[in-house]
Amino acid sequence: MKQYLLAVHTDFAAAPPAEDVMQQMFADVEAFNQRLRESGAWVFAGGLTPPESTTVVRTQDGRAVLTDGPYAETKEQLGGFWVVRAPDLDAALEIAQRASVACQGPVEVRPFQDDADDAED
Amino acid sequence: MASSAAAPVAGAVAGVFRAEHGRAVATLTRLLGDITLAEEAVQDAFVLALERWPEAGVPPNPGGWIVTTARRRAIDRFRRESTRDRRHAEAALLHTPDEPLEVGAVRDDQLRLLFTCCHPALSTEAQVTLTLRLLGGLETPQIARALLVPEATTAQRIVRAKRKIKDAGVPYRVPTEAELPDRLPPVLLVVYLVYTAGHSASGAAGGEGLVQAELCAEAVRLARVLAELMPDEPEVLGLLALLLLLDARRAARRGPDGALVPLSEQDRARWDAALVAEGHAVVRALLRRGAPGPYQVQAAIQAVHTDAATAAQTDWRQVLALYDQLLALTPTPVVALNRAVALAEVAGPEPALAVVDALDLPGYQPFHVVRAELLGRLGHPAEAARAYERALELTANAVERAHLQRRRVQVGAPSGGEGPRPG
Repeated sequence: MKQYLLAVHTDFAAAPPAEDVMQQMFADVEAFNQRLRESGAWVFAGGLTPPESTTVVRTQDGRAVLTDGPYAETKEQLGGFWVVRAPDLDAALEIAQRASVACQGPVEVRPFQDDADDAED
Repeated sequence: MASSAAAPVAGAVAGVFRAEHGRAVATLTRLLGDITLAEEAVQDAFVLALERWPEAGVPPNPGGWIVTTARRRAIDRFRRESTRDRRHAEAALLHTPDEPLEVGAVRDDQLRLLFTCCHPALSTEAQVTLTLRLLGGLETPQIARALLVPEATTAQRIVRAKRKIKDAGVPYRVPTEAELPDRLPPVLLVVYLVYTAGHSASGAAGGEGLVQAELCAEAVRLARVLAELMPDEPEVLGLLALLLLLDARRAARRGPDGALVPLSEQDRARWDAALVAEGHAVVRALLRRGAPGPYQVQAAIQAVHTDAATAAQTDWRQVLALYDQLLALTPTPVVALNRAVALAEVAGPEPALAVVDALDLPGYQPFHVVRAELLGRLGHPAEAARAYERALELTANAVERAHLQRRRVQVGAPSGGEGPRPG
């Protein structure tokens, strides 16, 4: 089994969707998550707060230097993600397609470096 | 691979290489679970063939010899360099019996490799490049020349595509029936693009022209393999018929001086009658099946053209009706442009020009060529010349440029000062 990151990029500057659209999205994502858990593909998932609450930590001369705000100054920021377990890319893409319907946005599929089963290597 | 014809055996190895490379890599990829390892093993086997065959003679089943030898060489290699990936692959190899492969299994391997090369998670450029490399056995410089892409870019595309297949876990399997509607179109498109890459530049000079001709041959070969593997897919057969009918006319597209000869002026005696007959037979079988798709309709259009004994006898009404059908299936400006060419033959250049002028294809070279031809026929030489100029700005191929420059002169407008003059 391989593990894949399913990342949702969100434009936090855009006007948020209407309340009923938002509620529908929450319900759809919850139903999708439930199915993911039941199928055994679930590893971890979470939604993130807006990028303003981000802090970047660098090390200079052994001391932490903090910066307020996100690392990359791009319009779209990571808004949430899933980590799923899937036998191959086709299976991961199928999960991502359902995730995209639930969260009403594009979903970026990125494989993790090591196969989960090869952890002992 | 050596192509020296000095020793007949070297020639035989080159022939086996072209015919068997794709099959051998496909089978070894299944056995080893890794495309790069499979390529290395097959390469080793061909090197060994060049050493052994001159003395021992070409074996009765050269393809089988290559696969068996590649498998053994892979095991030897693993024992020498034992990394994690290779240990996994060795374990897989040792559990496969060393016996001749069944014909069915070999066919499935080729299909698996083709669907992997054309996986929709790869860009179309990567799909085309990887298909030529792995199934066609073409070397990187050949692919670069054929696709008019720098060699470094081509090499990078191959490396990246193979790495993505491995890292992202692109499965090595033939898609299920339910997946085919999504997975077959990119495969057909890749084979079609391989053909057009060869066809559009088949007039290129010298060695380049040879590579382009090889691309056409490789596309027809892949279409034949697909048709054999998926005889129940009408669009697969449609693609095969289309390529057969285009390829039948390939020799006639070039005049004795190497110049491009348009369809209307081609010497029809130079068409390959066997390919025409084969293409027509496939089209007739598809008509009986009655499940039309874009490739089948394009094949039918080519069948009408190749059915006419002279250009004047072309049944343009039939061509136009087929373009109407194609436009309904694929409503794109490019199809609308091709339909306008047929419309000009049926209804005259004026309504055709009205259709063309409404299309938004400013960067598409054929758009300006068609406009130029129609303007010329309507007696607007200055406007026609301007359209040829625009087309020339968008044409890199030398043979095509020469053709357009000739047409621009024929249209009778004074040349703008730049570019060659008549005589």
